[in-house]
Amino acid sequence: MSVACVREAITEAHHEEWARVVASLTRRFGDLDIAEEAAAEAFATAVERWPADGVPASPGAWLTTTANRKAIDRIRRENKRDDKHKEARLLRDDTPPQPSGAIDDDRLQLIFTCCHPALAMETRVALTLRMVGGLTVPEIARAFLVQETAMERRITRAKAKIKAARIPYRVPSAEDLPARVSGVLTVLFLVFNEGYLVTGPGTDPVRQDLTAEAIRLTRLIRALMPDDGEVAGLLALMLLIEARRTARVSPGGELVPLGEQDRGPGTQR
Amino acid sequence: MRYMVSVINDNTNSATPEEDAAIDVFNDRLRAEGHWVFAGGLGAPSSATVIDNRGEEAIFTDGPFVESKEYLVGFWIIEAPDLDVALKLAAAGSKACNRKVEVRPFL
Repeated sequence: MSVACVREAITEAHHEEWARVVASLTRRFGDLDIAEEAAAEAFATAVERWPADGVPASPGAWLTTTANRKAIDRIRRENKRDDKHKEARLLRDDTPPQPSGAIDDDRLQLIFTCCHPALAMETRVALTLRMVGGLTVPEIARAFLVQETAMERRITRAKAKIKAARIPYRVPSAEDLPARVSGVLTVLFLVFNEGYLVTGPGTDPVRQDLTAEAIRLTRLIRALMPDDGEVAGLLALMLLIEARRTARVSPGGELVPLGEQDRGPGTQR
Repeated sequence: MRYMVSVINDNTNSATPEEDAAIDVFNDRLRAEGHWVFAGGLGAPSSATVIDNRGEEAIFTDGPFVESKEYLVGFWIIEAPDLDVALKLAAAGSKACNRKVEVRPFL
C-alpha cells in the first residue's frame, strides 16, 4: 500500500474515530486526560505501524484497543493508590450502561461533559473541539486568536476541574436538559462554523467531517427534544448551509463567491 | 465526594428571621436527603488572628490573612455524588440564605 494511501487512511480514521475513541475511554476510565492522551498515542502508533503492517481491517477497533492498552500502561506507570482501584476495575469492564433514556451515545455524553455550565463558555468550545472534534490545540488556538500555550493551559485547567470537582459524564436528567441543551447548541454551532470555513492553513477550506459531526450530534439532540424549536432551527440552518457545500468550492479547491455558485445541485442529507 | 459551599458576603451575622427560617428548612432537607456533613457561620474577619509557627516561635497577628470587601461568612460541608448534585444543593442554599455561595470540591 502506498504511503499516500496509508496517510489518507489515517486522516480518515482520525476524522471518523477520534471522538468515539476518546468517549469510550472516558466512559471506561472516568478521566478525560487519560482518554485524550491515550487516543493521541494510539493515532501516533498508527502513523508508525500502518505504513509497515498495512491498514487494519477495522481501523476503529484497532485504535480503541491500542488506546485502551496505552491508558492501562499509563495507569500502571503512575502506580498511585486510587489508580490501583481503577486498575482493579480494568480486569473486568463492568461499567454499567448509562441510564441515558432516549439516547445512548458515548460522544453525546462527552459533549455534555465538555459543555458543562461550571466551565466558561470559551473553555466549553475549546474542550469540545479538542475532545469531540479532534482538532489539535494549535488549530483551536488559531480559531480563538490566542497563543497556543494559553489554549493548552485553558484546556488543561478545564480537564483538571472536571476531575477535581467531579463534573459527571452523562446526559443530564430531563428537568435539567433544556438549559443544558442550549449551551450545547452554541458549542455545536461553533464547531459547524469551524467546518464551514476552516481557519487553519494547510487543509481544505471546508471540513465536511466537522460540519457532518455537528449535524449528527444536533440530530441526536433533536431526537431527544423533538418539540424544541431552537434545536430544530439550528439543525435546519445547518442542513440548509450543508446542502450548498459542494457548490461553495471549485474543483480546484477555491472558495466560490455566492453569485458564481452553481445553484442546481443541492446535496440531500 | 465532599464539597464545601462557602457563603460570601460583606458583613456577618446579618441574616433576617425569614432567612434564618429558610436556612433551617434547607438544613433539614440536607439531613433528610443524606447530604449533611457540617455547617456553621463565622465571626467577622476583624475577629480573626493569624498564626505563623513555621519558624522558631509562633507569631500571632491580629486580623485576617487577606483583606477584601467580600469574604467567607459561613459554610456548608455537603456530601454529593457529583458536581451536578452539589450545584443544585448550592443553588438551593444560596436561595435559602439569600447570599452568594461558592462550591469547591474536597481533594
